[in-house]
Amino acid sequence: MAILTAPAPTRPAAAAPPSKNGRKLRDNLTGHAFLIGALLCFALFMWYPMIRGVVMSFQRTRRGETSWVGWDNYVRIVNDPSFWTAWKNTAYFTLLALVLGFVGPFLVAILLNEFRHAKGYLRILVYLPVMLPPASALFLFKFYAYDPSEAGLFNAVLAGLGLPTSEWMQSPTMTMPAMVIASTWMNMGGAVLIYLAALQNIPGELYEAAELDGAGILKRIWHVTIPQTKLILALLAMLQIVATMQLFIEPLILANGAGTQDSATSVVYLIYQHGFFQNDLNGAAALGVIMLLVLAVFSAVYVRLSTRSSED
Amino acid sequence: MSRTLISQAQLQRGRGRVLYWLVLSVVVAVFTLVFIGPLYWMVTGALKSGQEIAQTPPTIWPQDPQTQNYIDAWNNLALGKLLFNTFYYAAGAVLFQLVLDTAAAYSLSKLRPVFGNAILGLMLATLMIPAMVLIVPQYVTVIDLPILHISLLDSPFAIWLPMVANAFNIFLLKRFFDSIPDDIMAAAMMDGASPLRTLWSIILPMSRPILGVVSIFAVTAVWKDFLWPKLVMPHPDTRTVSVGIYAFAGGTPQNVVIAASVIAAIPTVIIFLIFQRNIMSGLTTGSLKG
Repeated sequence: MAILTAPAPTRPAAAAPPSKNGRKLRDNLTGHAFLIGALLCFALFMWYPMIRGVVMSFQRTRRGETSWVGWDNYVRIVNDPSFWTAWKNTAYFTLLALVLGFVGPFLVAILLNEFRHAKGYLRILVYLPVMLPPASALFLFKFYAYDPSEAGLFNAVLAGLGLPTSEWMQSPTMTMPAMVIASTWMNMGGAVLIYLAALQNIPGELYEAAELDGAGILKRIWHVTIPQTKLILALLAMLQIVATMQLFIEPLILANGAGTQDSATSVVYLIYQHGFFQNDLNGAAALGVIMLLVLAVFSAVYVRLSTRSSED
Repeated sequence: MSRTLISQAQLQRGRGRVLYWLVLSVVVAVFTLVFIGPLYWMVTGALKSGQEIAQTPPTIWPQDPQTQNYIDAWNNLALGKLLFNTFYYAAGAVLFQLVLDTAAAYSLSKLRPVFGNAILGLMLATLMIPAMVLIVPQYVTVIDLPILHISLLDSPFAIWLPMVANAFNIFLLKRFFDSIPDDIMAAAMMDGASPLRTLWSIILPMSRPILGVVSIFAVTAVWKDFLWPKLVMPHPDTRTVSVGIYAFAGGTPQNVVIAASVIAAIPTVIIFLIFQRNIMSGLTTGSLKG
């Protein structure tokens, strides 16, 4: 993980020999010429839409006429009965996905890192679902795994083990856990590989020393493995939270959108609903801005906490 | 190989050895079941008849394999066309990203024009913005591009160009180029090589691992994306495979949908299995250790 942690290679500042202004201008022009393509794409598809999103959230377009409406869009969005449900669902999904999708891959990586055999095979297995188109994987779960009758894969296994079966997506309480299971299965491979790389960078002497001090396996994980991978753990936790907050395709495919009793409605699904079904692009933009603010506050708190802890 | 959590000596002696093989075999068995099991279920399930699929307990192997499901999926969903589209978008995304992002990263790392750091900062700031938050204004921008007033709807550029605005890839490439000593650049310049020539004949050949990683990221991103292609490629002829299957799922028998999902998954799984060594080492070492 050195790329994210190592200090940037220092270089003598502006090492170029003092040159005439003409030469400098030409060098700058060359430099910018190489930048221009990417720059235009950023301007057009990132920076401009950001500003436009904020502007749109304060406007209303009717029959081609755009007018300023102040906070109207925000008021409408917040008063939509689905608004709070969507936030509650999204937060619940993020929390569950953090427990399962963040802790799980780390434990799997620790386990795989101990093996001397079949390591390559196990790595391929874990990464395989990442390569499936998400629609493929989700239809598999929807039709076969989460079939509410005992013909479904999960229920067949549960029944075979003598455990109670579940209605899965038809049951409002099981909707979220079922979506988290599918999502974790699909996505955990990437995190496992990154953790494995980080684990391989831990110097063996640290474990050696801990063992000599009488630390058992759990203590070695706690006092060596976790502190040594702290930075990458923190980074992936952040990425995981931001990724899961954008929950969309799982509700769309697994739960046909909102799910039983709105149990699957997510914030992004609501953006999609407003923007592309209710013909309310302005309301959808306002919802996007709200989501951006929530995530910004969250990131700020996170950055503060992580800089404080790295000063220890 | 350096030691890990548990010392190798401990794993090779007496009880440790028995325990090691026991845990390893359990893990291999469980992982095979968890990660291959569902895929097996999918491939064979699509061969079952509607009746057989609803049977309890489910059959392990289809009693009367219905290859017709696969044929129907291929024909009714025009999967050939959908797969071609997806590959076409992925290939273009790789090309645009490699050319434009590499050029940008090279400029920021080696040519260092004025405002370079400010531009890099603005690019990196977009990493903090989740893609879905911008989906509405991005869509509005794409259907009516500023100044030009053209619509990119149903045009592959609607997928290719936004993919270039990828701060993470530029960051990865820049970090890699940073690690290439400036002396090499200086020597080439001394010999009269232009910046483009230096990039092409010196920097790029040294950067193969990172270029591979960026290409993998680009292909997977196109392959896995759903909402964006669904919005900007509304015409059935321009759809990606994921969107196409979703669009047909409503009025198509379950088994045919699953058969289509299997066919859609085959190309990437094959590509992955062929290149897995490169992909794995690229993802774990090339990109991350820099």
